[in-house]
Amino acid sequence: MPKPKGAVTIIIERCKGCGFCVEFCPTKVLELSNAFNSKGYHPPHVVAPEKCSGCDLCGMVCPDFAIFGYKLPATAAPSSELRPEEATVPAAQGGNS
Amino acid sequence: MSATTDVLVENPVEQLLRTERMPHIWCPGCGIGTSVNCFARALLESNTDLDKVAIVSGIGCSGRVAGYLKLDSFHTTHGRAIPFATGLKLANPKLTVVVYSGDGDLFAIGGNHFIHAARRNVDIKVICINNFIYGMTGGQVAPTTPLEARASTAPYGCYEPPFNLPFLAEAAGATYVARWTTYHVVQLTKAFKELLAHRGFGFIEVIAPCPTLYQRRNRLGDGLDAMKYYKEHSKIRHGAPTSEVGLGFQSEIIVGKFVQKQRPTYFDMEEQVLRQRLGERYRPLEELVCQ
Repeated sequence: MPKPKGAVTIIIERCKGCGFCVEFCPTKVLELSNAFNSKGYHPPHVVAPEKCSGCDLCGMVCPDFAIFGYKLPATAAPSSELRPEEATVPAAQGGNS
Repeated sequence: MSATTDVLVENPVEQLLRTERMPHIWCPGCGIGTSVNCFARALLESNTDLDKVAIVSGIGCSGRVAGYLKLDSFHTTHGRAIPFATGLKLANPKLTVVVYSGDGDLFAIGGNHFIHAARRNVDIKVICINNFIYGMTGGQVAPTTPLEARASTAPYGCYEPPFNLPFLAEAAGATYVARWTTYHVVQLTKAFKELLAHRGFGFIEVIAPCPTLYQRRNRLGDGLDAMKYYKEHSKIRHGAPTSEVGLGFQSEIIVGKFVQKQRPTYFDMEEQVLRQRLGERYRPLEELVCQ
């Protein structure tokens, strides 16, 4: 797997699921997840971390200050992660059944 | 909050937000947040002293901006953002004063203040979020609602011709006039940086989606559909004559920087005239105002 140039951080509890970041990501890194946050919105999740260039367009277009991208140093460990304190909130239990 | 790994970084605009108030009240898909995001980035990138920036808002959805930015902020009465901002600038000319408000606030109840501040060329920066409607009060017709668009007070379509805001601003004497949509985040951020560096009355119109009232009532989909529309139907024409950039219902949106020029500001004119009349007795404004 090629090493990603960037990563994104998603602050799940701020997200309102508008989908701007998913639509306008130039490399299509994100998708809206089936999981809910505590307000009942579907936040995005990373489906293609290796494609992320860290351009931060998702961060600029986000109306809720809930996502941002950043460049990874050439040597850093890859993958996009959620903030630990945010990732523990309900989000991960999926399904909208 | 503790970052445990080196890949976790802080949102670049976090330092400019009153995070205890997040999530904000704006609807999902509303464009105001995007414009604030761009403004915050522009402010950080322009290396402005944040203690010297004041943000003034009127009433309405966009009026909330002053409450969410961690700057000296002023949430004023309806339509009166520009008079308050003018007073602020007169009392402390070293401040960068930014008025951040909506189309209803700035051009309906506050219309007169706008044209007079532009006429005087007071050194304030005006950012107008244009979502074509009165958002907070329930979707009534605003002075910017395009012909034939439906609103709660125009169930058969609006029959009043709307304002062409860049034309109005230029005619009234604004020295920086631009229009962007919330889709053009990179250009918008750059325009905000130019606005902050501009000397004189600057005006940026930001076309933003109102998914709850304008989009829904006109059956135009949600905020994302509006953003796609902006992407497909916007045309960048820098320096276009502002008389030709009026907006119709779902028409082409001409965006770009239309006017950038210099003329003496309110302070320049005041100094020139008073120095001439008073001679030795003239005292510069800086000496008279609070420190």
